[in-house]
Amino acid sequence: MSAASFSAAETQRFSSAVVDFPSTSSCFDIEALSLAYEGKPALRDLTLRVPRHRVTAFIGPSGCGKSTLLRSLNRLHDLNDQVTRNGHIRLEGQNIHGRDVDVAELRRRVGMVFQTPNPFPMSIYENVAYGVRLQGIKRKRELDEVVEWALQSAALWEEVKADLHASAWTLSGGQQQRLVIARTLAVRPDVLLLDEPASALDPISTLKIEELIRGLKSQLTLILVTHNMQQAARVSDYTAFLHAGELVEYAPTDTLFTNPRLRRTEDYITGRVG
Amino acid sequence: MRIPRVGGDGVWRWLSGACVALSLLAVVALLVLVVTRGLAHFWPADIEQLTLDDGQRIAGIARGSEAGEQRYFTANRDLDGQVWRWVETQAIETRETPPELLYAERRDWGPFIGRLTAVETPAGERLQGDEAERRLRRALAGDAEVTTLHVRNVEGRALEVEFAQVASLSWPNRMDIGDKLAAWGHGVWRFLSEAPSDGNTGGGVWPAIFGTLLMVILMSLVVTPFGVLAALYLNEVARQGPLTRLVRIAVRNLAGVPSIVYGVFGLGVFVYGLGGHLDSWFFAERLPSPTFGTGGLLWASLTLALLTLPVVIVATEEGLARVPVALREGSLALGATRFETLRRVVVPMALPSMLTGVILAVARAAGEVAPLMLVGVAKLVPEIPVDGEFPYVHLDSKFMHLGYHLFDLGFASRDAEAAMPLVFATATLLVVVIVVLNLTAIILRHHLRARHRALEHS
Repeated sequence: MSAASFSAAETQRFSSAVVDFPSTSSCFDIEALSLAYEGKPALRDLTLRVPRHRVTAFIGPSGCGKSTLLRSLNRLHDLNDQVTRNGHIRLEGQNIHGRDVDVAELRRRVGMVFQTPNPFPMSIYENVAYGVRLQGIKRKRELDEVVEWALQSAALWEEVKADLHASAWTLSGGQQQRLVIARTLAVRPDVLLLDEPASALDPISTLKIEELIRGLKSQLTLILVTHNMQQAARVSDYTAFLHAGELVEYAPTDTLFTNPRLRRTEDYITGRVG
Repeated sequence: MRIPRVGGDGVWRWLSGACVALSLLAVVALLVLVVTRGLAHFWPADIEQLTLDDGQRIAGIARGSEAGEQRYFTANRDLDGQVWRWVETQAIETRETPPELLYAERRDWGPFIGRLTAVETPAGERLQGDEAERRLRRALAGDAEVTTLHVRNVEGRALEVEFAQVASLSWPNRMDIGDKLAAWGHGVWRFLSEAPSDGNTGGGVWPAIFGTLLMVILMSLVVTPFGVLAALYLNEVARQGPLTRLVRIAVRNLAGVPSIVYGVFGLGVFVYGLGGHLDSWFFAERLPSPTFGTGGLLWASLTLALLTLPVVIVATEEGLARVPVALREGSLALGATRFETLRRVVVPMALPSMLTGVILAVARAAGEVAPLMLVGVAKLVPEIPVDGEFPYVHLDSKFMHLGYHLFDLGFASRDAEAAMPLVFATATLLVVVIVVLNLTAIILRHHLRARHRALEHS
């Protein structure tokens, strides 16, 4: 059965499905967000709340808008002037598009890890210190401490402590991805956006990243985009299913995977559509 | 026998391989020709004395032959009115290398070949024979003084040469291989370190080397920041659209404009326009003789900077475009501003490409002659444009350039044939200068790349 066969009314009824948790513990509040690339809609009237200190997963088929949504949260779309946006996004109650918002500071607070590891062509140490230096911290002792703490938090310290000044490009893919996470953690973000962080990695590296994600939620809020349903099921607390730019269903992960409300969701997670 | 198919792999492999081989051969042949002819000029070859069947006597250095005729460099332009002689091989009756034949380079009239008869000392003494030669050797070493040399050519015509006119003097037929090598080295050194003399056909080319290098360095200092900033604006700041595309096309086409057109532009805008105004504002007391209102080092450098600007812009833009979007986003996502991202990630990664642009610019500028003839190069400027006098580097002065010197030697000097060996020597030097400039930049680029070695592997 194809997704397109659902009536508009039915989609409308569930598109703004709200997960039940006190509003005081929401990190991101997304309200009626629509977004278009060169006039082509990519997100349609999307409303959802992302809980603080939890792992929330966005799942859906390729091109459903899950990465677009993620990139809206740290305003990476600002770089592309072909993008038009409607609706509001609030981080801890503050409109992220407000006039007094410093985009660089917003991006520091909302860190992001990309699909393919993107360490800078510098040493491991310099990669981690990069964002910290941008904050104006220059003292060697302070930098050393932050670098060690971040690498430990990203479970990479033991593997690289012998040669912190080796080029970051000499690390394996999985290590590079953990280095990128360490680099992001080093600037002490409140939120960590992960855009299919393990899709370019082997199963063992994937496992390490997933462990890391679960461990990090005591410190910050994590939002994970993935097309790997098992991964969403393994690491996330809440899952949102997107399709064609719309939010189809949003529920606690257990509920969504064991007892989806919509046929469309069920079809996707059981692999019949997508 | 199987006939190879036209579309077969073998045919194409041979064809393309042959093209590469041919190109290589052409380059190697060119270099070998230029270098051997250029360097042979400084070799103190034996002087042959010929007696012809009609009783004529000739002394000269054999340089090449053609269909039964041999060419001799006979020097003595003041006596014979020419420096080359074609001699029919059959007409030669005897061929000797008398040890007493000397070869002297004079500051006027070029070299002399002949015999020493006497020397005069400042005291008015006239020494002859072996005594004369001993005295002359000591004088050449700087231990004694001699005022005038009395010499004869092989036919016995006498000539007086002021000692001050002698740039160098030797008896090549008496030299062993070690002496000759030393003399060769000395000749090459004089060529590199001395100013030209005798209407550019004698002496060295030091001012031209220095002028070329200084102009290229000044040009690089101007073109690098301009080109890099322009590329940064085009690639990083400007909103991409039809206008930036148009600008890019225009920049690429600028690279194809004939260089003489840049010369005309430089003459009109820099020399007459800018220079004329500078003169009327700051150097009015010297008018009507122009200071900046005439061709000079500064205008030549600016003209060449303009000429090479597209090269730097295009190379830099390519380098910037090659920096992965993922790295820019990674930096932005850490809370860096666009400028911080540019400074700390993008520019360092594009640096090797920028240097490649500068290398190409230098290579192009060092060999360019046509525009320079309009904006400041001169036939003979024995003084280099840098001295101990404020402002030390004289940007308004005319200067010499190897490329123009080459042209002048070969085609504009009063005895083009006599200057031919120097043409080859100068060409060799020009090639060497360009290679050295390029190597410097390549080594610099290599050092920068080593820091981003991993990037090259990805």
